[in-house]
Amino acid sequence: MGHLTNERSLAQYHRTPPGSQPPSLYEPYRATIRRSPTQPLTVLPHTLSEITGPVYGHEKIGETDNDLTRQHSGEPLGERIIVSGRVLDDNGRPVPHALIEVWQANATGRYRHKNDQHPAPLDPNFTGAGRTLTDENGSYRFVSIKPGAYPWFNHYNAWRPAHIHFSIFGRAFLTRLVTQMYFPGDPLFAFDPVFQSIPDDKARQRLISKFDLETTQPQWALGFRFDIILRGRDATPFED
Amino acid sequence: MDLVPTPSQTAGPYFHLGMTDTRSVKCIADPQTKGERVWLACRVIDGDGVPVPDAMIEIWQANAEGKYNHPDDTQGDDTTGDDTQGKTIDSPWFGFGRMPTLEDGSCEFETIKPGRVPGPRNALQAPHLNVAIFARGMLKQLYTRMYFAGDPANSEDAVLALVPQERRESLLAQPVVSHPGHWRFDIHLQGERETVFFDV
Repeated sequence: MGHLTNERSLAQYHRTPPGSQPPSLYEPYRATIRRSPTQPLTVLPHTLSEITGPVYGHEKIGETDNDLTRQHSGEPLGERIIVSGRVLDDNGRPVPHALIEVWQANATGRYRHKNDQHPAPLDPNFTGAGRTLTDENGSYRFVSIKPGAYPWFNHYNAWRPAHIHFSIFGRAFLTRLVTQMYFPGDPLFAFDPVFQSIPDDKARQRLISKFDLETTQPQWALGFRFDIILRGRDATPFED
Repeated sequence: MDLVPTPSQTAGPYFHLGMTDTRSVKCIADPQTKGERVWLACRVIDGDGVPVPDAMIEIWQANAEGKYNHPDDTQGDDTTGDDTQGKTIDSPWFGFGRMPTLEDGSCEFETIKPGRVPGPRNALQAPHLNVAIFARGMLKQLYTRMYFAGDPANSEDAVLALVPQERRESLLAQPVVSHPGHWRFDIHLQGERETVFFDV
């Protein structure tokens, strides 16, 4: 071992199982057709460049950053919700200090964004953006209103199921995840190519939050649970 | 591995609301940061050769000494006399940037040229930025690297060596001859000049 003390053997991160992630090209989602590489990806060994990444443990989260219903003088319209869950790695270990950013449409299905032309009303009391950090146990929580479904131009009569966008910074640049959380029982799942792009049905179901009576607050807001799993590392360093 | 990682979904057309309207980072290195100044102009181009006006580029990089601001980068933490001794993080250094592209598919960063970080078999890698691209029409981010054209270390870089010679050019930022310190890096999502993307 002596001569290895200067060797920086790094524990490699697990690759994701086949079918558990969407492909880059999924033709029913038309915008992928001109935005997906046609050459095979080059597989990288994990060096310090891949296994490090921005860590946000010391970030200050503003008082209303994790409560999207308190960012204006009045309250937004819509069903009040509490979204909570844990960020774990694929070994089941909590990911503390993960920065989570969320953004979403308002209750009518309209985003506060200049490119959103959906003729549904904006809500002067709702911006639709927030952020929070996971605690020592990987737990997070934020308060919002349930977003509406909205139409888009992918195909005739295309509607996105209600969803909240999530951006998560874990421990490494390679564990970076941007995804969408859906709500249980949405009738639009079967018609949505973004949701359907994930080949494995079980993997797809993991994007659907669960209604949770435990975190539902009486006379106040519905609770939904959404756990997020990021890639984790092999138990032993890879000796290359 | 007991659990399956959560699937990725596209950042969509409205990601600005949550990620860049108030949280973009153009200036990765401020004027006090040690290192050779780099003004970087990136562009994202789709398979029709059309600029992508709704992408986001994220950059993660080491400082001028070749050290990442991260607990798993232990270079310089010990004094065993290896060649990483003395590598430190100057305090304002974070190493992360992100910008949305504009109508012409471009975005800019101000940073410093990173130093060399160890790679496979502990051989030093050539200076590079780690780049992730997100956009509507991308169900998951694409990863690439940006190297500096003309850097002598490129010829010994283990990652560049994995890429067929004829495609390596796509990973090299080009200097803007009329403006010292300015670099251009075009990312072609597909097509004849398709950028090399990595499965990390």
